Amino acid sequence: MRPDLTQPITMDTFLRGIWRENPVFVALLGMCPVLAVTNTATNSLAMGVSTLFVLIGSNVLISMLRHFIPKQVRIATYIVIIATFVTMVDYILQAFSPAVYAALGAFIQLIVVNCIILGRAESYASKNAVLSTAVNAAGMGLGFTLALLMLGSVRELFGMGSLFGVPVFGESFQPWLVMILPPGGFFVLGSWLLLFAWWRERKARKALVEEAAHAR
Amino acid sequence: MQGESLTFVFLNAAIINNFVLAMFLGICPFLGVSGKLKTASSMGAATTLVMLISSVSAYGLNVLLTSFEIEFLRLISYIAVIASAVQLVEMSMKKFSPGLFRALGIYLPLITTNCAVLGVALFQTAKEYDFLQATSYSLGAGAGFTLALLLMAGLREKLELSTVPRIAQGAGLSLMLAGLLSLSFMGFAGLGG
Repeated sequence: MRPDLTQPITMDTFLRGIWRENPVFVALLGMCPVLAVTNTATNSLAMGVSTLFVLIGSNVLISMLRHFIPKQVRIATYIVIIATFVTMVDYILQAFSPAVYAALGAFIQLIVVNCIILGRAESYASKNAVLSTAVNAAGMGLGFTLALLMLGSVRELFGMGSLFGVPVFGESFQPWLVMILPPGGFFVLGSWLLLFAWWRERKARKALVEEAAHAR
Repeated sequence: MQGESLTFVFLNAAIINNFVLAMFLGICPFLGVSGKLKTASSMGAATTLVMLISSVSAYGLNVLLTSFEIEFLRLISYIAVIASAVQLVEMSMKKFSPGLFRALGIYLPLITTNCAVLGVALFQTAKEYDFLQATSYSLGAGAGFTLALLLMAGLREKLELSTVPRIAQGAGLSLMLAGLLSLSFMGFAGLGG
C-alpha cells in the first residue's frame, strides 16, 4: 500500500503533456512508432488515436486498482493490463478499418512496449486518483498525437506532395522520396529537435540580455 | 514463408531489413546506450540473448496457442515470456559480471520494453517461420541491433572530440547521424524481400 499523493487537477495536469513535458520532443519516449508509422499524416493520426485510447484506458484501470496491486509485481501487472487494451485496439481496428490496419502492421501490437504508457502508469497512475489520471493521460496522449502529426504531415508533404492524401503542390511537384523512406524519419525528427533547441536557446539568451550585461 | 534458406533469413534480419535502421525497432536503447563502445557491445550481446530466448519460447507458445485456438492471448503471453527472459539475463549478469550490470543500469530492465525483442517474436509469427528459421531470424536481428549500436557508438565517441554548435548537442545530432546511417543501409534494400 502506498500513500495516496493525489494532486489537485489543474489546467497544468492536462497541458504539461502537450507542451512542457511532451513525451516525444522533450522526453524522447516512444521513439519507435514515432519514426516508423509517420510516413503519412493519416497513419500518424491513426497511431496517435490508438495510443491515446490505450493510454487512457490502461491508466484509468491501473489507477482504480492502485490499492490492490502488490508493489513487487506491479510492472508485470501493468504490462498485462496494457496488453489487454492493445489487443482490444488491434481487433477493433482490424474490424473497422482494414486499410489503416494493413498500413500500420505490427506497430499496433507494439504499442504494448511503448515506454510512454508504462512510464505514465508507474509515475502517475499508481499514485493519483482516477479522474486526475484520466486528465493527465489525455494530455500526454494528445501531446503524442500532436507530435506524430507534426512529423507525419512534414514527411507526407515533402515525400508525396500531399496532406491526408489530398494533393497540395499540384502536378509538377517532384517528391522527395527520401522523406517517406526510413532516413527521412530520423532527419525530420532531428530537425524538429534542432528547431526547438534553437528556440529555447534564443529565449534563454534574450532573458540573459534583459537581466544584465555582466551576468554573462 | 517456407523455403527461405537460413543464411538468407539471417542476412535479411541483420542487414537488409536492419531492425534499428530500416524498421525503427529498439530506438530507445539505440539512442540511450550508444555513448561508449564497451557498453554498446555488452548491451547488444544482452539484447541478442534475450531475443534468442524469447524467440524460441514464442515459437513454442504459438504452437500451443494455435492448438487450443486462443490466439488472442498471443500478445499477452509473448510479453510475459520476454519479461521473464529479461529477468533471467539480469540475474545472471548481476552474479557473473557486476561491473557490467552497473554500467548498463536502467537500460537492462528496459530491454523488456525494447520493441525489437517483441518485434522479433511478432514478425516470426507473422512470417510463419519454422523453428530453425525463427532461431536464425532472432540471431540475425540481434546481430543487426548490435551492429547498429556499435556503429553509432563509434561515431559518437569520435564526436566527443569535435566541436559542434551548442543547439546541436544531444539528441538532435544523434538523430541526424542515425539518419545518415539509415541512408547508407538503404543501399542494401534491393537485395532482400
